[in-house]
Amino acid sequence: MSFPSVLWLTFFFVIPTLLVVAISFHSASPDGGIGKEWTLETWRHISNPNYPAIIWRTLWISAATTAGCVILALPCAFAIARMQKKRRTIMAGLIMLPFWTSFVVRVFAWRLLLHPEGFLKHVLLALGLAEPNTQLLYNSGAILLVSVYSFLPFAIMPIYAAAEKFDFSLLEAARDLGARSFLAFRKIFIPGIRRGVISATLMVFIPSVGSYVIPDLVGGKNSELVGNKIYQRTFPDRNLPHASALSALMAIGVLVPLGLVAWLLKRQDRNEALRLAEANGVKQRGGAA
Amino acid sequence: MKRNSFPLVMLVLVLAFLYLPIVVLTSNSFNLSRFGGTWEGFTLKWYSQLFNDSQVWAAFINSLLIATGATLASCLLGTTAALALHRWNSRLQNLHYGLIYTPLVIPEILMGISLLLTFTAIGMNCGLHTILLAHTTFCVSYVTMTVLARLQDFDDSLIEAARDLGANAWISFLRVQLPLLLPGIISGGLLAFTLSIDDFVITFFVAGPGSSTLPLKVYSMIKHSPKLPVINCLSTVMLLFTFALVLTSRAFQNLKQPKAHNGLKNGGPA
Repeated sequence: MSFPSVLWLTFFFVIPTLLVVAISFHSASPDGGIGKEWTLETWRHISNPNYPAIIWRTLWISAATTAGCVILALPCAFAIARMQKKRRTIMAGLIMLPFWTSFVVRVFAWRLLLHPEGFLKHVLLALGLAEPNTQLLYNSGAILLVSVYSFLPFAIMPIYAAAEKFDFSLLEAARDLGARSFLAFRKIFIPGIRRGVISATLMVFIPSVGSYVIPDLVGGKNSELVGNKIYQRTFPDRNLPHASALSALMAIGVLVPLGLVAWLLKRQDRNEALRLAEANGVKQRGGAA
Repeated sequence: MKRNSFPLVMLVLVLAFLYLPIVVLTSNSFNLSRFGGTWEGFTLKWYSQLFNDSQVWAAFINSLLIATGATLASCLLGTTAALALHRWNSRLQNLHYGLIYTPLVIPEILMGISLLLTFTAIGMNCGLHTILLAHTTFCVSYVTMTVLARLQDFDDSLIEAARDLGANAWISFLRVQLPLLLPGIISGGLLAFTLSIDDFVITFFVAGPGSSTLPLKVYSMIKHSPKLPVINCLSTVMLLFTFALVLTSRAFQNLKQPKAHNGLKNGGPA
């Protein structure tokens, strides 16, 4: 019964992924195709000074987006988790609803808001927070803002799922013992929902690294990301080996943190299980004696 | 004890942040002003321009065809995958689960370029059919996950009861399990439909010249056409369409499943 889906995904997911890696070890032929012989030439090209700057920018924007999303998501998830069951469902639905809508449409909406004659510019001018020639669009700041906007639901949902299982009486206990509410939030709540925070980090970081539409529509010439370069090498330049090498690099950037976190969580589980087993063993032995 | 109101205030601000662009976009589609910085009066003229654009209609038809095809194919593949994952617990199924799960987390652009390279490598010209294959591939994972969630609440003793009463494996699946899973399959299918209709990045890579879908059309209008307000209208229509689909999907997901012991309790003489 697993046959159809395994077969389909092998054909359209596994083989294509391997193909990307394979093509990155070929050179481009002049007609926009792929050269016959195997070579390291493409990978040598990737280390030219142009690329590290773009890779570095992609990483810091992704890291900043992740930090921004998690910081905003924590109080939101906390607030939702403390509501009654019916309200919680409605709130979770409201948070997720924008996520299902077209990505291009949402980014376009921001382009409209940040437009030199758009809504936000008018508001900022009226508040005296912007100069008439302040440029809100086409820079790294715009990419960061729209990325936080786009990926925020990915951060709220896992943290909320963890917060829902959190025992809130622990917080009350901490406050009874004299902790201020922020201290209790930091020392009791955040460690208690650690797993939610970890998966939120991944859920935001991964699509940020792979982002193409956002830098393309609200970023400028000096804020290109790896996603833009992959597109540029694929279509206008028609250099498929280069595009493949960049994609393979991106895949590494995504899979390494993913594998690392999976490994850490597994180890933690094992340690916890060992500790539990030990504690039980001690108790049993103590009881027998 | 007095609760700190800070988290609640943040939640309200974040919700405002999430919906502000959508509200501004929607209201601007009725605004006479071209850039929407100020309100210059109500109009429907942008909408009439939109509905008279034959290219938009062509893209809409393409989107509908692809979404329908990808939904049907991914429902079939996704449901069988979920049944297999639910029934067996083996190393093969662990691998299978990884295969289903990875496309959900991998950035879209990677799937887009890898499929483009594959189609190029086997000499397939890009067009509507390649979009359909690509969409089916990413929809399978979503359908599988939705149906799998429904299967977790499924009471397997219902199947045993059917078998005890003389139904063979096929009949008990067809007459007992499938009808009970149907809301999950429909819900997954509607999500697949939504994702397919709204997908941009993967479509962009595998579309080839001449075959446009709605998101591709919006994108090329943003990039090349000066008709800003018409894009607002098209975006608003797409937003409404998605909202309707998601709400319907939710309604199906929340349909209750009967349990064998409940049935017995209600039907039993005690």
